[in-house]
Formats: sequence, structure tokens, C-alpha cells
Amino acid sequence: MNGDGTAAPRLRLTYRDAVREAIRDALTRDERVFLMGEDVGRYGGCYAVSKGLLAEFGEDRIRDTPLSESAFVGAGIGAALNGMRPIVEVMTVNFSLLALDQIVNNAATIPHMSGGQFAVPLVIRMATGSGRQLAAQHSHSLEGWYAHIPGLKILAPATLEDARGMLWTAIEDPNPVLIFENVQLYDMEGELPADAGPVDITRAAIRREGKHASVVTFGGSVPKAVAAAETLAGEGVDVEVVDLRSLRPLDDATIMASVAKTHRVLVVDEGWRSGGLSAEVSARINEQVFYELDAPVARLAGVEVPIPYPKHLEDASVPQADTIAAALREMVGRR
Amino acid sequence: MTGTDEKVHLTREHCLDLLRQMVRIRRFEEKCAELYSGQKIRGFLHLYIGEEAVAAGTMQALKPDDAVVATYREHGHALARGLAMGPVMAEMYGKVNGASRGRGGSMHIFDRGKRFLGGNAIVGGGLPLAVGLALADKMQGRDRVTACFFGEGAVAEGEFHESLNLAALWKLPVLFLCENNLYAMGTALDRSESQTDIHLKAASYNLPSRQVDGMDVVAVEGAAREAAASVRRGAGPFFLEFRTYRFRAHSMFDAQLYREKEEVEQWKENDPIPRFADWAQQADLLHPADKEAIEASVQAELAEAVAFAEAGAWEPVEDLQKFVTMDEVPA
Amino acid sequence: MSAFVMPSLGADMEAGTVVEWLRKVGDTVHHGDVIAVVETHKGAIEVEVFEDGVVEEILVPPGEEVPVGTALAMIGDGSGASAAAAPKAPLPAAAPPMAGEVRRPDVLKVKPKAPVAAEEGRRRVSPYARRRAEALGVDLADVKGTGPGGVVQAVDVEQAAGRARASGREAPAAPPGRRRGFDPEAMRQGIAAAMAKSHREIPHYYLDTTIDMQAAMHWLEAANAERPVAQRLLYATLLIKATALALRKVPELNGFWIDGGARPAERVHIGWAIALRGGGLMAPAIHDADTMSLDALMAAMRDLVARARSGGIRGSEMTDPTITITNLGERGAEAVHGLIYPPQLALVGFGRLAQAPLAIDGAVSVRPVVRASLAGDHRGSDGHSGGLLLAAIDALLQKPEGL
Repeated sequence: MNGDGTAAPRLRLTYRDAVREAIRDALTRDERVFLMGEDVGRYGGCYAVSKGLLAEFGEDRIRDTPLSESAFVGAGIGAALNGMRPIVEVMTVNFSLLALDQIVNNAATIPHMSGGQFAVPLVIRMATGSGRQLAAQHSHSLEGWYAHIPGLKILAPATLEDARGMLWTAIEDPNPVLIFENVQLYDMEGELPADAGPVDITRAAIRREGKHASVVTFGGSVPKAVAAAETLAGEGVDVEVVDLRSLRPLDDATIMASVAKTHRVLVVDEGWRSGGLSAEVSARINEQVFYELDAPVARLAGVEVPIPYPKHLEDASVPQADTIAAALREMVGRR
Repeated sequence: MTGTDEKVHLTREHCLDLLRQMVRIRRFEEKCAELYSGQKIRGFLHLYIGEEAVAAGTMQALKPDDAVVATYREHGHALARGLAMGPVMAEMYGKVNGASRGRGGSMHIFDRGKRFLGGNAIVGGGLPLAVGLALADKMQGRDRVTACFFGEGAVAEGEFHESLNLAALWKLPVLFLCENNLYAMGTALDRSESQTDIHLKAASYNLPSRQVDGMDVVAVEGAAREAAASVRRGAGPFFLEFRTYRFRAHSMFDAQLYREKEEVEQWKENDPIPRFADWAQQADLLHPADKEAIEASVQAELAEAVAFAEAGAWEPVEDLQKFVTMDEVPA
Repeated sequence: MSAFVMPSLGADMEAGTVVEWLRKVGDTVHHGDVIAVVETHKGAIEVEVFEDGVVEEILVPPGEEVPVGTALAMIGDGSGASAAAAPKAPLPAAAPPMAGEVRRPDVLKVKPKAPVAAEEGRRRVSPYARRRAEALGVDLADVKGTGPGGVVQAVDVEQAAGRARASGREAPAAPPGRRRGFDPEAMRQGIAAAMAKSHREIPHYYLDTTIDMQAAMHWLEAANAERPVAQRLLYATLLIKATALALRKVPELNGFWIDGGARPAERVHIGWAIALRGGGLMAPAIHDADTMSLDALMAAMRDLVARARSGGIRGSEMTDPTITITNLGERGAEAVHGLIYPPQLALVGFGRLAQAPLAIDGAVSVRPVVRASLAGDHRGSDGHSGGLLLAAIDALLQKPEGL
């Protein structure tokens, strides 16, 4: 709603457009903001997210970098330490491993190790996840790894609203924030109010209310979980879908409130099961709301393989709407 | 006499300062060895003895608002940059009155006021950081230099090459200062590099690059002033390779199986402190009594620093998680 | 005047050996002088002195390994006064910085905070307590929780089960010191639930055969004559071994009915029904009975009986059996037709060992006999398999030396 009481017009756009709008908005709001990464300028971004921004904002603020993940991510940290508000784009989470030293040993440690003398107000965006037949070096979901690291904040926008709104809030945060954009979401279409703006980045969100079971998930699995819940609704099973949104820190309160309401929970994570984020969420549920459970905490996670190229094998490697629905049926005793 | 002059002005005052800085580092490091043996200092302790001329000389070329990124052998850089000896010593102890609240210890000295961004204990890890600090200065139109110290061991890391390339490509105001002490821990340079003339590697990234006698504080200062002036003129990064040597082991617990005693003794004959002191005396810039006066005042400063560290409190365990994430960007 | 001690050169150095003294008693030393060489696990390291003075006494000779902090030599002004004060024990290391209780913020945080708002009136029952309540037929509404915050735990359910019976008929006195979870009445409830399920869900078929035990008993008599009393075999050992071996030939009766299908087991774990004093019955597993010698089998049976009666049977031993054998012994009825223990596929019963007339080679002869029966789950097998199994048991018992 606008101040005069009329609703803002709604725009039809994709997740990719929403991310681009968020970057444009940040560049406009704050002169200290700049975008750098591989092929973000002339090429327009590997996933076309930054297309057009070079013409609009110029070479100084839309910086193409050499293929030097460690150097340009480290440079982002240095620039953040020295008064800038950089947005660093890493093409995919797999490539970010080349910058792991800078992210884990510098960005995450300097504030604490310096006794609070320095902050690293940096945003790193990267694509994550499978679904584009890009095989085992471009398709993994390593958000859970990063969520292991104290000192980082980890976000997983799963909706247009979050794709549009999380970036600015992350830029204003005094800490290094990693935003994981699931590649399956870039083409997702929907509507947003023309005046859509920053959103909170601390709370999980209930994407669908339900009373028989909860699905706790994030990122690219959120639309799949909602679809599974719709299927189950037709069978008389009412499923609640919790979108974590922030993977570090986790919003325990929202997760636990949902479990306390439904007493059954399925944790869905595109990342691998062993030592993954689903294990962490499951452990917290057991620690905090054990006595609310009517069934063991269930997990549906990525199959423990390097993601293969063929479509049918790739699809079989990660949770899908039908496997989520099947897991839910089993949990509520409707096979 | 730090500042932007391109030439070294060897006044008596300046010579006193150079000698004093080197002696401060030497005596501080010797005290650390003693305190380590007595278990006051723990963890890894890497001493700078033998390399004092590099820190003492290069810092002369920096202004207060320039930035310094250093390595895990950074006590000397911290002292020469102007950090008070007390908080540096307290950091060795792990006390809350240490430069980094005792959080970092010997390898991670930070000081916001002096723009001293750490002891970085990942070899090569500081270079990208320095590139970014310089990028921010350039984008904001500030006339500042970022001085980045690293050892010759870092040259084997990808981050070295990535960072030199990026800094040169974007013409960023970085002063790359390579302290080539010939050993990466226990690995001799010629056992790890196909090209042992490191300044040549740097030159391949199309930036000015020079080799300097790192045992001669005047030569160091001269080269640093020239390089810093070039950077300040907007010519982009500059690379200096200082040929130097550490007289002591890599860290305290090191039997030095990888080098001959004779080699160490030979380098000690080129000790930067007597070398400079003798030269300055012959040139009538220093008097025989100056050395004693400097020694006495450094001993007093050191005693005070140890007392400061001893008197410091331990950080309460309740504060363990303080600053893991920050509530705001410090002003 | 002070002690020159074995220095700590690294956090991982606990001791060192002086391999060489570079100064002798009476020598003058200066701050920074290397005065000894110490051998560590990283090699020989030169160690320096941190004061000026005279070496007055050397306390540790070359070759002796001493802990960090041990005085190696005394450094004094040359008067010899320091030697008298030489400490012989290692100096204590620096005191740990944090005396007293160390608080761990993160550990504190994971403790449940304020309980998450639960629906009004919803009982907080542990998942395990629910399982017990179902097994014991206890209505959770009647159970008072004694766990943290009134949570109902398994023990509460078990106690409620005991009270429910006491208010009914006679209250059996609980044997002193009985183990938790082996309440005989609770066990009765468990048997009731399992047998009711068996009768309700499993379509049983029954087969009988009479087995001539003369050869087996003769062999047993001879075999026992060679054994000390304590190690004598019971004839039940032969029945179990014969059944186990026969199951290898008829594997479709060994295993489970799960999820609408027969799942034959790879191994043969005989559930041996043991009657408990004071009532009750359990059938714990004799693992891999088909591979055991008779003596080993006998030992396993003795062990199971002792543990069953003292309450020392492990949970897994109750769920492992792939078939159950019930043997009525020498004083029971002639035959037994039992109920299969779900989810097993079959149960073999042996009646009383009795003398009976038997037609042998056209003449009537009185022989020791046993009536063997088979209860089979008709979903998983049919009478033909059952007949084969009983015939195989019979054949094996006619050649007891092969068991």
C-alpha cells in the first residue's frame, strides 16, 4: 500500500529480474556499493543477472574481474574493511571453493580475532544447486558447509520477494553475508508490487500453513515442498511449509513453533545428508522440542553422489515434489 | 620522520630513530623468546631477529593513514608502525589489554588506530586483502597506500599471482613488500621455486619491481620511499624484494635441520643493527653514547611492556562469543 | 641467582634431554648465550640463558631426559650461594589462566529455553513412553508424568500398568530387586499383545508327526557318560540342533513376514521358549544355532535360562529369532500347537518325551517318542513345506551322531 492508501501497481517479473532490481536499487541508494565478479559487466552475468548494469553504472562500479576467485573475493573483504559495501558475485558455489581461504580465514575471523576492531560488511552472491544439467562441478549445494562457519551469515532467498528484498538488508548488515541463489529459481515468474523493498533476514517464514506435518526447507526446495503440500492437501493431509530463509543463524523459534503445532517434521535439503544442514536442523529439533514429537524427525536430502549430467539421474539426485510427497505420506502413515 | 619524501634525509635525528626502531624490535623479540621458554607466551612464536631493517626502513615511507597488512612474523612491523609495546606484549600473553584483546596472540596483531590489519597466518592470504583495501581507497579518491608484507614462501601461492595481476590491472595503490629470508619455514628458496629471483616474477605482471639489500636499513628506506612515491603518483602498485635473513629458527620449536650453522654465522656478520650503527658513527651522525642511551630507554620500555602484560586481565569467558558477528561497523 | 630450567620450546614439548653442556661450572655467561644443547623429538636445539652470571652448579648431566621446567643448572654471582638453593623438582608450569568453573556459553544456549507453547491439555510424552503404553495397553490419560516438567516417560507407563492390575485381582508381590522392564505382569501384557496379534493376523496351519527318539536317547546316554555332570547334554539340545539344520533345507520357514511379504532370513536364530518362575514366557535367540556344536548349544541354553530368570536378556535377543521352538519337556502334554510369534513365519513345538507303542518293521514295539508339531504362516508357506521340515527333523534325529 502506498501512503495515499492505493495499492502499488504489481509487476510481472522473474527471480532473475528481482535480483537485478535489488542490485540496481543498492547501487542507486549507496555510492559505496559496487558489483564485481567474473563476467558481471560486458557479458551481463553468467546467469544474466547483471545484464544492463554496466551501461547504467559504468566500469568503476560494475567490475569484470580476472578468473581469480581468491583475489577478487579477498579484495571484496579488503574493500569492505576500508569503507566500501561491495557485492561480490561468484559464478557458482563450486567456484567459491577457490576463495574458501578468504571467506573462512579472513572474512569470518577478522572481527573476532581483532577483538572487534574491524567489521567486514560484505555481500557475496553465488548460484547454487542442480537442475540445469551442469554436472558435478557446477551443481552442488554447499550452503550447509558455509552455514557451519561462525562469523558468516547465510541467506537462501526462495521467493521473488526475498530475491528482491534480502540484498539491501544484507548490505546494511555489518557482517559478511553470503546469498545463495538456486539456479532452478532464476526463471521462476511471479508478481511483485512495484515498490517492493528490503525484507527482514533473520526469520524463517511459513509459506503454507498446515496442521498434520511440517516440512522445513529452503532455497530451491521450497517451491517443491509447496507443490508436495498441495498434492497432500488433496488427500486430506494438511502440511505446513517452513522456509528457513536464513541458514545461519537459524531461526529456531519459527521451526520449533511449527513442530510443536504439527508434531511431525520432514527436513528437506538439496545438499547431501551426511553432516549436512538437515542434520543440524534435525538435531536442534531433538534438542529443543523432543517431547513434541509424535514421529521421528524425518529427512529427505540429496543423494550422496556427485551430481551427474543426465536429466533423469540429476533429478533422482535431489528431493523433488513427488519424493517429498511420498516421504510425507510415509510419515503420516498413508502409504 | 615518516612521510612522503622521495629521498632519505639522514639527519642525526633520523639516524637515532632508525637505530632505535631496530633495537626496539631486537630486544622485544629476545624478551619474547625468554618469556616463551618460561611459558608466559604459548602457541607459535615467530621471531623477526635479523630482519629488523626491513620493517624499520619501510615504515619510514608510510603516512599515518596508510594501511599495513603483515604476516605471522609481524611483531617488528607492529612496533615499527608505531603500536605501543605494552599492548603488543599483552597480545603475546593473550591478555585482554592486548592489541587484539588477546584473541589473536603472536600471529594476529591488529590495531585500528594505526591501520594495522593484522598478522595474517595464512601464507599469501593477506595479499588479496591488501588489494581490496587499495581498491576502496582508489574508488573513494583517497590518497593512501596499502603496504603488504609477505615472505618469499607466499610467491608459490596462487593468491600471490592473482593479487599482483589484479592490482596491476586496476592500477591500485599497493606497495608489495616481499621479505625474502630464503626459507619458507624449512624449505629453501631454490628447493621450492624454479625462478629464485622473485622480483622477476613480479615484473611479469607489468609492475615496477626492484630487489633491495634488506640488511641495509638506509637502502630499504630509500627504496620504500621511491616506491611509495610512485604509488602515490597513481602509477599503480610497486614491488620490492628485500634480501634478508632470519637469524633464529622459524619458530621456537625448530631444530634447524635444513640449514648450516656456518650460513647463519655468515649472515650474522651482516647484522643490520651494528652495520647501521657503525656506519652512522663513522659518518659522525651518531655518537658512541647514543647506542647505550637507546639500549637503556628500550630496556625501560620493555620492562614497562612486560609489566603491562603481566598486570593485564584475562578476557572473561562470558565474552567468548563477543564479536563473532558485529552489531555495527566500527566508526 | 636463579635456576636455568629446561625450556618449553613448543606447546607439544613436554620433556627434553641435555645432550651437551657448552659451559662448565665456573664459566661466566651472558644474556643470550647458548649454554646447552637439548635433544627434543624435533631434533637438537640450542638453548640460551636469559641472565648474566656464573654457572655455579650443573644439576642434570648429559643424557638424562627431564620434564620442561626442571632446573638444569644454577646461575649465580660466583659465590656458590645459588647451588645450595637448587630445586630438585620441576618448577610448576604457569597456572592455567582460568581457575574455577569454566562456563561454556554455547552449551548453556542449547538447553531448552522456555517450553514452546504447546496446545492446551496436550500431554508431553516421550516417543518411547508412547511405544511402551501401546505395548502394555495403558491409557496415557491415566499416567502421571514424573519426568522433567511433568513429562511422561517409559517408567511412568510401566508403573501405571502395575497399578492397573493391582486394583484388579491379586497383586503379585514384586520380587525384591527386580530389574526395571521385567515386571512379570508387564510381560504378561506383552505376551497378550503379541499373541492376540498373532491370532488375529496370522492364518496358521498345523502339522504333526511322531518321532522315534530311541536312537537319539541311546546316543545321548553314551555321549553324556563321557561328560562331567555339569556339562551333560539335555535331549532338548538335539531337538534344537536338528530343527536348526532342517531349516537350512527348508529355508522358506525361517524368517519374517514383513510389509506383506515373506522375508526368509540368511541365518538361523532359534528363539527358545523359556518359562519363567512366577509365570511368563520369553523366547530369546540362540544365534546361528545351525552352526553350533552341541556343547556350545548347551552352554548357550544354560546362559539364556540364567539370564532370562535374572532379567538379563538384551532387547536385541528378543527381536533376533527367525523361528521359535517350544519344548514342553518331560512332564508336559503330549503335543503342543502354538501360536507363531510375529513377525516370524513358523513355530516348532515338541511335546512330552514319552514311552509309546510304535510299529517297527511290522511289530509293535514300545519306544521313547516325541510328538513334533509345526505351526506355519499360510501367507508365507504351505503345508508341503511344513511337512518337509518335520520330515527333515525326524531324519536328523535318527542319526544323532551327525548333529
